Amino acid sequence: MASLLGRFCRKLVVPGSAHGSRMVSTTACDSEAVKSLNLHSAINQALHIALETDPRSYVFGEDVGFGGVFRCTTGLAERFGKNRVFNTPLCEQGIVGFGIGLAAMGNRAVVEIQFADYIYPAFDQVKRVFPTLEFDFSTAEFLIRGFNSQIVNEAAKFRYRSGNQFNCGGLTIRAPYGAVGHGGHYHSQSPEAFFCHVPGIKVVIPRSPREAKGLLLSSIRDPNPVVFFEPKWLYRPAVEEVPEHDYMIPLSQAEVIREGNDITLVGWGAQLTVMEQACLDAEKVLDFIFQLKDNWFKVSNMGLELIMQEGISCELIDLKTLLPWDKETVEASVKKTGRLLISHEAPVTGGFGAEISATILERCFLKVKSLRFNSSRRD
Amino acid sequence: MALSRLSSRSTTLLQPLATTSLLRRRHISTDTTPITVETSLPFTSHLISPPSRAVETSSQELLSFFRDMALMRRMEIAADSLYKAKLIRGFCHLYDGQEAVAIGMEAAITKRDAIITSYRDHCTFLGRGGGLFEAFSELMGRTTGCSKGKGGSMHFYKKDASFYGGHGIVGAQAPLGCGLAFAQKYSKEEAVTFTLYGDGAANQGQLFEALNIAALWDLPAVLVCENNHYGMGTAEWRSAKSPAYFKRGDYVPGLKVDGMDALAVKQACKFAKEHALKNGPIILEMDTYRYHGHSMSDPGSTYRTRDEISGVRQVRDPIDRVRKLIIAHDIATEKELKDMEKEVRKEVDAAVAQAKESPIPEPSELFSNIYVKGFGAESFGADRKELRATLP
Repeated sequence: MASLLGRFCRKLVVPGSAHGSRMVSTTACDSEAVKSLNLHSAINQALHIALETDPRSYVFGEDVGFGGVFRCTTGLAERFGKNRVFNTPLCEQGIVGFGIGLAAMGNRAVVEIQFADYIYPAFDQVKRVFPTLEFDFSTAEFLIRGFNSQIVNEAAKFRYRSGNQFNCGGLTIRAPYGAVGHGGHYHSQSPEAFFCHVPGIKVVIPRSPREAKGLLLSSIRDPNPVVFFEPKWLYRPAVEEVPEHDYMIPLSQAEVIREGNDITLVGWGAQLTVMEQACLDAEKVLDFIFQLKDNWFKVSNMGLELIMQEGISCELIDLKTLLPWDKETVEASVKKTGRLLISHEAPVTGGFGAEISATILERCFLKVKSLRFNSSRRD
Repeated sequence: MALSRLSSRSTTLLQPLATTSLLRRRHISTDTTPITVETSLPFTSHLISPPSRAVETSSQELLSFFRDMALMRRMEIAADSLYKAKLIRGFCHLYDGQEAVAIGMEAAITKRDAIITSYRDHCTFLGRGGGLFEAFSELMGRTTGCSKGKGGSMHFYKKDASFYGGHGIVGAQAPLGCGLAFAQKYSKEEAVTFTLYGDGAANQGQLFEALNIAALWDLPAVLVCENNHYGMGTAEWRSAKSPAYFKRGDYVPGLKVDGMDALAVKQACKFAKEHALKNGPIILEMDTYRYHGHSMSDPGSTYRTRDEISGVRQVRDPIDRVRKLIIAHDIATEKELKDMEKEVRKEVDAAVAQAKESPIPEPSELFSNIYVKGFGAESFGADRKELRATLP
C-alpha cells in the first residue's frame, strides 16, 4: 500500500475528473465559480455552508475548535462562535449520545469522530440515532468508540421505535477512514461494513473533493442519520475543481465514472483512485510489446498482431452511498458487461463487497460470466 | 526541599580514617544504607490518610534511579531522531519528562505485579526489564523487537515481567487492567495490577465502568492517572469539569502525587500496593509533564508556550532532582554523574546501531499469529488466487 501511495501522492488524479468528457455528473453548471480545492478544504466549505444555511446546526467533536487534526473544521469556530462549534472531551460514546439528544430536539448536529478506529464505543449509540445530528468525529477509528453503544442502538432505531414521534434525521457522523500509509492498526481502519448492517442509518463515502462537498451537504440535510466516511489518504493530495456555491449530490445514486463494455468495476472512496489507474492500465495496448523492442525483428509478425489487439474496456462505478446502495445502476452495468469486480480496502470476509456480489448474482445470475473480489487488506 | 543530613553524620565518623576523598564518599553502587529523604510536596488524599512524606532510599537506589532515568531520557531522544530520519514510521509517543513515574513505580513493586499502560509505553517497557535493543528493534519494525516488529511503538509487551502493554485506543486498557487484577486475586497471587492511563482517558466512560467493577469486587487494582495536563492538545481545564482526577473515583480512595519526584512515586506506589492487596482499588494521580508533544506529529508548542516547557524542565525535571540529591548526599560527584550519562549515551547508540542492522519481518509474518497455531484457517492476499497461506 505504501508504494502505491507513493505512486499516487505526488500527483493525484481524482477519479472521473481527468477524463472529464466521460464523466456523468450531477454537479454544478458551468457558469458558477469553481476553485481548486483539496478534500479537507472542500469538506470545510461544505460545513461552512451547512452552518450558514441552518441556524440550528452545530459542529462538535475532539479538537474541532482549532480546525481539527485534518483541518476540516478550520474557521468554523471563529465564524459561527463557540456555542455552535465546540470541542468535546475524549469520549466518543458520550459525544455521539450527546449529539443524538441534540438532534432529537430538531437540530442538525455534525459530529466528528477523530479516526474511524475510535468509533466503536459509539457504535451502540448509533443504533439510537436521533434527528439530524452531524457529529464531527475526527477519525473513523475513533468512531469505533462510538460504535459500541450509540450509533447502532440509539441513532438507527429511534424513529422506528418511537413510532415516528422522534427521529435523528439530521445526525451526521463524520469520520476519516482508510489506510494512509503510516496509520498502523488504529488509524487505518475501514469500518463501513459494520454500519452497513444497521437498518436506519445511511453510509456515505465520497471519492473526491467535489463529491465530498455535495455529498456532505446532502448527508447533513438528509432526514436520516448518516455516517459519512472521508478517505483520509485523500485529504491533502486529492485536488479538484469544486464549485463554490451550495450544491448537493443525491444520496443512494451510484455514478458511472467511466463507461466500458468488458467488465464492471465497483468501488468507493479512495480505492477508486487505484481502480481508475487499473482501468487505464487495462485499456493500454499490451505492455510487453515494448519490452520486446530489442528483439523487435524476431517477433515483428507476432508483435503486429498484438498491436492490433485492443485492451480491456472497463466500466467504473462509484457507489457513493453504501447504505442504501444503488442496485439498479450496478445491475444495469453488469447486464451489459457480464463481469463484475468489486474492490475495497476493508477485509474481504464480511466486507461490503460480499453484499454487492450476493445481490448482483441474485439479480443477474444468468448474465454474469465472472465475479471477483479484490481488497487491499489481508483478510 | 528539606534534605536529611545523615550523610554528614557518617562522614564525621569516618573522618579519622579518611585520607582520600574516595573514602569519605559512599561507594557508588552497592551501598544500601538507608537514607531518608522527604518528598518535595506533601501527598493530597481522598478518602484515605496519606502516607508519610519521609521516604527511605539508599545510595544504590538513587544511583540506579539516576542511571535508569538517564537511559530512558536518552532512549526517547534517540527515538525522536530516528523518527525524523524516517527509520521509525507510524506513530511515536515519547515519554521524556515522565520518567520518574516509571522508575518510582518499579522501585516499589515486583515483577509479579502487572503493569498495563497506554501507547506511551517505551519507558515503562524499559522499567520492566526490557532491553534497549529490543525496544529500538520494535520501534523500527524489525523481527528482533519485543513484539517481533508487528506491534510498533504503541505495542510493547513483556510477558515474563507481567507487562501487558502497550494499547493504542485511549482508555481501552482500564477495564483490561481490572481484569488482570481479578485474575491475580482469584489465583491468590498477592500481587496487584497497575493500570496507567492519562488525563485524556480519564474522561472515558469505560474507566468508570472499570472502577465500579473493581470497587464492587475489591480487586487489587491500582489505577494510575499520569496527568501530564494535556490530552493531545487539549488542556485539562478544557476537557474536565473536575481535573482532580484522584477524586474522580468517588467511593474509591485516591492520592495525588508529585509525578516528577521519583521518591514520592515510589512511596505512593508502595502505599497503594499495600492498600490494594487489603482493601481493593485505589487511584493515584501522578502530576507529571511531557516535554515532547503528544506524538512526533505534534510540535507540542501550539497549545502551550515554550516558556512553560522550559520552566518545568528547569524547576521540576526528575533527573535533575535525583542528581541534586545524589550530589547533596555526597554519593557521587558531578563529574561521575556526567560520565554515567556519557556511558548511557554510548549504550543507547550501540543499541540503535545494532537494531538498524536487524532484519525486517518476512511478508509471511503478515499472516502469522492472527489465530492460534494449528487452527488451519486460510488467509488470502489481495488476490485470492495469487497469495494464499494457511495461517500458522
